[in-house]
Amino acid sequence: MIERLAELVNDDAWLVKRGRLLNVTFAIGVDETDYLVRIVDGRIVGIETGPHVMRAWTFAIRASARTWETFWQAVPPPGFHDIFALLRKRLITFEGDLQPMMAHLLYVKLLLAKPRELAAA
Amino acid sequence: MTAAIEPIAGRYLHLALEGQPHRLYFEEAGQGIPLLCLHTAGADGRQFRALLNDPEITADYRVIAFDMPWHGKSSPPEGWQREDYQLTTERYTGMILAVADALELERPVAMGCSIGGRIVLNLAWAHPERFRALIGLQSAAYVERYYDAGWLNHPEAHKWETVWHYMQGGPGIFQGDLFFYQVEGDVRDRIRDIDTAKCPLYMLTGEYDYSASPADSEAAAALIPGAKLTIMKGLGHFPMSENPEGFRGYLLPVLEEIRSAG
Repeated sequence: MIERLAELVNDDAWLVKRGRLLNVTFAIGVDETDYLVRIVDGRIVGIETGPHVMRAWTFAIRASARTWETFWQAVPPPGFHDIFALLRKRLITFEGDLQPMMAHLLYVKLLLAKPRELAAA
Repeated sequence: MTAAIEPIAGRYLHLALEGQPHRLYFEEAGQGIPLLCLHTAGADGRQFRALLNDPEITADYRVIAFDMPWHGKSSPPEGWQREDYQLTTERYTGMILAVADALELERPVAMGCSIGGRIVLNLAWAHPERFRALIGLQSAAYVERYYDAGWLNHPEAHKWETVWHYMQGGPGIFQGDLFFYQVEGDVRDRIRDIDTAKCPLYMLTGEYDYSASPADSEAAAALIPGAKLTIMKGLGHFPMSENPEGFRGYLLPVLEEIRSAG
């Protein structure tokens, strides 16, 4: 899923435009693996799969593989449809400097939900 | 090509709230039993435009949706620039009764969503004699603070029109409404004493709502003898604006039951 995130996001001109003011490296955690996603002007320019040694990120969004799988269903069940729904269920963590994440929350949410398009196809 | 004009009329109401003059915007359509609609935190009465445009509803109901002070087209009171806006149970309750009085609504039905669904529980507790029936959408007696409201920007609805409403909120207003929702307006102690024989209480909650979740509404309904709770399939926190068609399937039977009860 995450392997194809870059093309899913970068092919969506509208989404890239929404994130055009965001420049950040953030981590998506799936079980024990961190994927470092580097965003430049709203485009994903690189995704590095962990383990990482002394790599810095600005914020990290982590959940279990099972949680992400459910979240990425084409139509996820109630409680798995939004990262803040996962937060209320205590199934996800947000760490680090959350300011860029909150300032670009809609973009971050849409980016994280992008793999649903693969499930729908 | 003929332009379509909706049957909704919008007007401004001047009234005193807490002794201060206010200019409140409201929209209405239809005639019959007054149905006073209460919007969600940080939003405004436009959320109810589908109801206001629904001939099946407006045939028997005078649907009224007002924008709370500081919201939508309603002005904040004079001197607002020196004030930190905060909604409280007392302020919210007084506002609803004042609007009902100013518009001379006789025993209206009040229907509120989210913070509106919360205040409806307080109306059922404190002023059942003033209402023909009460309808809480996404009602919960209390919601834990599962996120830090200091971050609040706008919530995460995916019906874009609802998102647009939220993008238009004034700074700090959503947060001020959440003071009521998350801090001050905890009605868990009160709702056990709600007498649904005095005023019927209906609760409609969308299954995708994770703020006032089905479990939260069920917990509230379990404490209120006679409360009628329905969980709405496929709907979320903003049923009337995110999916009006899905919502009316649940609302129409409730309105019909209220109407036929007389």
